[in-house]
Amino acid sequence: MITRWCLLWLAFPAWADEGVFDQYRDLMGDDNPAIFVIDEGEEFWYQSQGPSGATLEACDLGLGAGVTRGAYAQFPRYFADTDRVMDIETRLIHCMETLQGRDRTVTAAKPYSLRGDFGTELEALVTWLAAESEGVVIAPEQGHLKERAMYALGEEIFFYRAGPHDFSCATCHEQSDKRIRLQQLPNLTDHHDAADAYGSWPAYRMSQGLVRTMGWRLQDCFRQQRWPGLTFGSEVSIALQTYMAVNAAGGIMTAPGLKR
Amino acid sequence: MKTTLWKMTLLLGIGIAPTAVSEDLAAVIQASFSDRGQATLLRLEQDPLQQHCSQPRDQPVDDEIAMALRQQRLDAVVFPADGDFLGDWQRGATVAASGRGLQFNDDPSIANGGNCYACHQLAPSEVAYGTLGPSLTQYGLRGQSDAMLRYTWTKLWDTHAFNLCSHMPRFGAQKILDEQQLKDVMAFLLDPNSSVNQPTE
Repeated sequence: MITRWCLLWLAFPAWADEGVFDQYRDLMGDDNPAIFVIDEGEEFWYQSQGPSGATLEACDLGLGAGVTRGAYAQFPRYFADTDRVMDIETRLIHCMETLQGRDRTVTAAKPYSLRGDFGTELEALVTWLAAESEGVVIAPEQGHLKERAMYALGEEIFFYRAGPHDFSCATCHEQSDKRIRLQQLPNLTDHHDAADAYGSWPAYRMSQGLVRTMGWRLQDCFRQQRWPGLTFGSEVSIALQTYMAVNAAGGIMTAPGLKR
Repeated sequence: MKTTLWKMTLLLGIGIAPTAVSEDLAAVIQASFSDRGQATLLRLEQDPLQQHCSQPRDQPVDDEIAMALRQQRLDAVVFPADGDFLGDWQRGATVAASGRGLQFNDDPSIANGGNCYACHQLAPSEVAYGTLGPSLTQYGLRGQSDAMLRYTWTKLWDTHAFNLCSHMPRFGAQKILDEQQLKDVMAFLLDPNSSVNQPTE
């Protein structure tokens, strides 16, 4: 835990500007409220659910059925059984359907909690699985043609300007050492910034009292870009996660993070 | 009908349908979003300027196209009908501080903000300013000549008329702010009494 915090401090020197959040972090010490969500996620993994009454223990996250240690760090990746590149969130929805017999229009209907909620099953599972990759090297698979195509698509979307404000991802995330108001912005085209940013999600958001996932972060970026609603598990979502993960490759997973 | 469409998008999104990466970027993008409030899919269609400015920064741009686009933006600038460029700097300060407007969770009946502080330093008393754009503190030292008024108005109306592919939104051309709000922001920048133009400590 202490090592993790040292890494985070190196990663986000700009936290020194955040005043009240710094004080909060000092008060919390090594305690990230996400630990409760990690435990909850682990319970969900071993819980029998759905018409099949099965657990998720047979779910293949890319390293073989039931292997959770280090699996998060290799997403997004291609799965032969669906013939598609998936992020961890959509892979979990897939396992809930195939193993537990649960209807994906239900399990994927509300993947992320609203403010004031206690957090969703998916958020808890992703948080636990990220913790299962803590300290692991970020190494998304890029061997398959579809994985490389997904990266190329992500790069194109990253620079795609649209909407009333002409914003793209690049508007805020292609320059180093910039900030919005007091919020430091990672340069996601730069390896070090991308590794620090990508490796720290999912994260407990102090301002919201919830753990948020990478998928949630993306759809909230698009809200601020004045774009319409990003569909959960859509190609744009997977492509941008692939773009970030590959730019971050070689960095270390530090999630779950603790953020403003 | 709406539910069916939504479900189809969802199903496509999470992988029941064949999902080879499309060569048509715009189509992939359209299929990945859905209308939310005032933010409809129409917003994802690019105009020629957005299309031109969607290249990574290290890609060479065609100078002839760039020159033509810049001229087009310059020719399309609409100056105040009454010839008066300067409104109320205090109202302008409010516009500069507000970041709301045009997001799907914003109420469209309430006026949009300019969100200037997200990217620029303005009044030296406001410490929560962003750094994506240059500092505009003491902007008023440049004076109020006709050239300065027209230059500043043009930057606010459509920044691409001078700096093609700038990150800054086109506050006038895209109707983010109305004429009166733009005049008020002009005064916030240029009025000698404005908080922007007070001495730094």
